[in-house]
Amino acid sequence: MEYVLLLHDDEKRWSVMPEEQFRRETGAYAAYTDALREAGALVSGNPLQPTATATIVSIDADGKTNVLDGPYAETKEQLGGYYVIDVADLDAAIAWAARCPCAATGTVEIRPVADLTIPA
Amino acid sequence: MISTRGAHDVAERAAREHYGKLLAYLASRCGDVHAAEDALADAFAAAIACWPASGVPRAPAAWLLVAARNRLFDDCRKRQRTERVRERLSAAGRTAERELERDGVLEDERLAMLFTCAHPAIAADVRAPLMMQVVLGLDAARIASAFLIRPEAMSQRLVRAKRKIADAGIPLRVPDVADMPARLDAVLAAIYAAFADAWHDPAASDPRTRGLAAETLWLGRMVVEACPEEPEAMGLLALMLHADARKDARRDAAGAYVPLDEQDVARWNAAQIDEAEALLRRAAGARRIGRFQLEAAIQSAHTARRRRGSADWRAIVALYDELLRVTASPVVALNRAVAIGRAFGPPRGLGALAAIAADPRLENYQPYWAARADLMLRAGKDLEARTAFERALGLTNDPAVRAYLGARLDAVARARAL
Repeated sequence: MEYVLLLHDDEKRWSVMPEEQFRRETGAYAAYTDALREAGALVSGNPLQPTATATIVSIDADGKTNVLDGPYAETKEQLGGYYVIDVADLDAAIAWAARCPCAATGTVEIRPVADLTIPA
Repeated sequence: MISTRGAHDVAERAAREHYGKLLAYLASRCGDVHAAEDALADAFAAAIACWPASGVPRAPAAWLLVAARNRLFDDCRKRQRTERVRERLSAAGRTAERELERDGVLEDERLAMLFTCAHPAIAADVRAPLMMQVVLGLDAARIASAFLIRPEAMSQRLVRAKRKIADAGIPLRVPDVADMPARLDAVLAAIYAAFADAWHDPAASDPRTRGLAAETLWLGRMVVEACPEEPEAMGLLALMLHADARKDARRDAAGAYVPLDEQDVARWNAAQIDEAEALLRRAAGARRIGRFQLEAAIQSAHTARRRRGSADWRAIVALYDELLRVTASPVVALNRAVAIGRAFGPPRGLGALAAIAADPRLENYQPYWAARADLMLRAGKDLEARTAFERALGLTNDPAVRAYLGARLDAVARARAL
């Protein structure tokens, strides 16, 4: 089954982080990504730019496109990256989520990918 | 050729005997409890429709399993489930047919099912209800009444939990050794909740709960067998065995309620008590005390009455002290106050009761008012006893307990009138 791990963390923490700690923490992510790849569980994964770079788009009832600067809502933790993994079941997904460095500094949300195969 | 009524009876018996096992078997193969339930319900309906004409098959459970599996196949096709699920179902169906034809025994997946119901990804308050439905085969309305929730709300929670098992890919299997301790706590708590529900219906007046105590005991045995090193699993089984050993003594020949300390010890099931005591000793060897071992030890101290004519009330108080420390439950505090009253006299019992009187959770709790009435009466405070008996009487839903409390209230009233 495919699961998306959504990494929520306090992005301010990253912006004020001393360089040595930054190297250590990104090193932990690199090692984690390698471990996922070695296990054959990694489908894809990326960090995201901070929420300050976010743009919100919606089309209102009159058909007018609205474009807004910034994140949708102010929260303590922000979506800062994701992994897509392919593992046997939720227990395996929980085990991988617990190993993710983000689980120690923020939270990891596990979402199963919906299977929308259209009947032949 | 048998009658519709006869077919219905056989199908219903097969349903009660095999429901949990068939459901666990099908669900663990397709990973979808809800789909397995629907398929099994259809199979039972088909049995009732077919058997009057075709005769009851030699192995009713095998017939039901095959019918349910075929239905799941259709379902897989319609919903485009993966080839993998279909293959597993197909292989499972063939093995199951062989197993059932040969010796009527089906590989038992109910333990796996129990752990799935108590998975940390399932909301804690729905775990016990879920077990009662999918492992014991109780209907949502009955479960709702046990947990004091509206039936529709309970149905919704159960459906949501089953959907999560399928959609989030919660595995239907026994957890690894590393995850076992945490997962076991949730399983034990849920089994105990189911047992307590059966315990409140001693006359088994509701045909749907008849045998529920035996079923939960069976679940307890299964967990002890699967986790032989876990003292709390043994503690829970010992607790349930102790309580169940007294079931025949809880009502007299006329069906009237008999309180624990007036029960005829000859009517207690000695073999079951011995089994409970042996389990408790084995559990103590692990030197990890817990809630269920403590509760079982309290039951054990009550059975001392078999040998010395009275329960060991001082030991019971000491055990309740420890249990209260572990659980912080107002019900435990209430039972502790009763035990203090017996061990050290009614005034001290009333003192302990006064300390918890303000707890809003006890305000409409019938046993609180019955215990208060009894302590007041023993302390010679008839007027307070009378008020408390009246309150208890208004809060009970058990006809036998209502009759018992009514009789005691009458006795107090008569004594006052003299």
